[in-house]
Amino acid sequence: MGHVTASPTDHKQPRGRIAFILKKALISAFVALVLFSLMIGIRTEAGPTGQLIYWTRFGELASIVAIVFAGSIVIELARQWLGPAGASLLVPAPVQNGLATAGRYIAPALLIFTVLVPVIFYHQRYILDLGILVLTYVMLGWGLNVVVGLAGLLDLGYVAFYAVGAYSYALFATTFGLSFWICLPIAGILASLWGVMLGFPVLRLRGDYLAIVTLAFGEIIRLVITNWQSLTGGPNGISSIPRPTLFGLPLLPGPNGLAAKLGIAFDPTHRLVFLFYIILAMALLTNWVTIRLRRLPIGRAWEALREDEVACRALGINTTTTKLTAFATGALFGGFAGAFFATRQGFISPESFTFQESALVLAIVVLGGMGSQLGVALAALTMIGGFELFRGLEQYRMLVFGVAMVLLMIWRPRGLIGHRAPTVYLKQAQTISSDLVKEGHG
Amino acid sequence: MDYFAQQLINGLVLGSIYGLIAIGYTMVYGIVGMINFAHGDIFMIGGFIALISFLMLVSFGLTAVPVILLIVLLVSMAITALYGWTVERIAYRPLRHSFRLAPMLSAIGMSFVLSNFSQVAQGARVKPVPPVITGGYTLHHSADGFVVRLSNIQIVVVLTTIALLAIFTWLVSRTRLGRDMRACEQDQTMAALLGVDVDRTISMTFVIGAALAAVAGMMYLLYYGLVDFFMGFVAGIKAFTAAVLGGIGSLPGAMLGGLAIGLIETFWSAYFSVEYKDVAAFSILIVVLIFMPTGLLGRPEVEKV
Repeated sequence: MGHVTASPTDHKQPRGRIAFILKKALISAFVALVLFSLMIGIRTEAGPTGQLIYWTRFGELASIVAIVFAGSIVIELARQWLGPAGASLLVPAPVQNGLATAGRYIAPALLIFTVLVPVIFYHQRYILDLGILVLTYVMLGWGLNVVVGLAGLLDLGYVAFYAVGAYSYALFATTFGLSFWICLPIAGILASLWGVMLGFPVLRLRGDYLAIVTLAFGEIIRLVITNWQSLTGGPNGISSIPRPTLFGLPLLPGPNGLAAKLGIAFDPTHRLVFLFYIILAMALLTNWVTIRLRRLPIGRAWEALREDEVACRALGINTTTTKLTAFATGALFGGFAGAFFATRQGFISPESFTFQESALVLAIVVLGGMGSQLGVALAALTMIGGFELFRGLEQYRMLVFGVAMVLLMIWRPRGLIGHRAPTVYLKQAQTISSDLVKEGHG
Repeated sequence: MDYFAQQLINGLVLGSIYGLIAIGYTMVYGIVGMINFAHGDIFMIGGFIALISFLMLVSFGLTAVPVILLIVLLVSMAITALYGWTVERIAYRPLRHSFRLAPMLSAIGMSFVLSNFSQVAQGARVKPVPPVITGGYTLHHSADGFVVRLSNIQIVVVLTTIALLAIFTWLVSRTRLGRDMRACEQDQTMAALLGVDVDRTISMTFVIGAALAAVAGMMYLLYYGLVDFFMGFVAGIKAFTAAVLGGIGSLPGAMLGGLAIGLIETFWSAYFSVEYKDVAAFSILIVVLIFMPTGLLGRPEVEKV
């Protein structure tokens, strides 16, 4: 197939090595030429009268093939220099251990910084907005972490619970005029009920099948929201969703507003700061609950389920309730986050709840190392920050995201930032780490 | 009754397209045990390549429609097959012994890469093509003026599907490659010990699956007259549903499942509501997985410890 690995003698003969690298690069370049010949070399577009027109882009094609050729040589050289274990050199063990020790100080430092963000950046609206967005994803990541990271159930439809939370708050608030603080628990409970409803049928499924069913579930929720025009407004969504109040005081200009009661001048930034602290508190609540649950029998059962379902059953753990509680807990936090999203935006539509959103949250959890709370927070910061960097290049964003996801799985399938080992494990007499065992088969 | 007959024809044609995609899912799942999430996007790429090569041939001055279609078919099969091979080589092969969620996540990433690649390369707007195969037969005139029609394109789609299925069944049951595939499906380690090149066999599985998806993409293009970068997602999930419904790992099952999904979707649109046709298809996936996870023709999976 042309991709033979270099035999040991190749390393001693520079000429053979160069020939090998060149051959590999030529093959890659040829493959790229065939792959991109039509897709990039020729651009089609629907013309003004509906017929197809095209123009050629051979310059771009040539440069991409050249990039593939050069890139292939660079990768091959790097691989030979770093040796076959090049992948693990990406984050060497001492650095990782260092990270682990630093992790103890990173978390409090990060928390203090986050609390101070509205004070430091009070006049930079953009940073406050971005901070709220990042915290929303931190919360979603921590919520999904319960399902994926702790219980090991791959959920591709997490956005469904986010949507349920958002729409329940929006509908209760606009039709019955209920306040955010009353609707928040309702939204969470409703989302959680949906979590159990999804959980029940999929109890028997494992791995990939479970993933696909949750994906289908997420799509069904989105399609129903889109098509049930009389209830949800269909694609037009729901607008003028009320903002949260502080003990009944709206953060609005006028005599009844909080600013007037406190006797200070009204400033729209107050509301932003308020929202920032709400989502920070909600995210911290998620974190606290997760950390507490992890030390309870149910949390131990989740982790056991993640490591080995068969052994779990053999030990008499009730996998039904274990899975259902994981789904319900994850969905609860998703619902909270959804309600917050609705009140922050003031407008929601089905477009905000696509599969891409689920994949983004999942990528945050995976990048964060599946189960590590700090890792997920840092991953959310990296991802959303990275997305902001690509804001100008809207259409390349998801392309880069996809490439990053593939590369991440190849290099660091257990996450870039952290990896949470089981909370309790035998310190002796364990010859094989659970990392080395092919999961789902044993 | 006439309306029913017409929907039956439409459903079978749609089902053939789903069946062709479903074969790719079922083969890959049978051998590697993973859901090739990017397969729907391979189908979309196939549609695009068929569109571009068609446009090229027409602008070169070729006029004989059968010749054009044959060349388009071969070109799109060849290039899309290379896409399938590359995807496996880059995104799946390094992960073959990784932890269980890794290939799935990598496949999701690859799906984003493919669909956004074609959005960047070819633009986000829907690409229309004029009807290439026109004409057809009127099967029945009913008293109230409803006409049951069987168009030529529908005949082409169904005949192509049958022909490919025949070739493919022969390939799997009679050739060396097919035997290797079945051996890898049962036990990769044992197959490797007996001299089967497992890597090559898995690559060929992806190549064949992608080639069939390319045919499906081309048929979709000819039948519906349009392609866009996002069509792979929903079509992929439906084809996966078809594969599961038929019994994952079973080739006749994939075709049967494809036909069933095509019929259900068409009848649902015809008699209930068009808006909820995707909901119907997704619900079937859930119901099938819950009540008969082995599908219609599948073998029960034995859980080994």
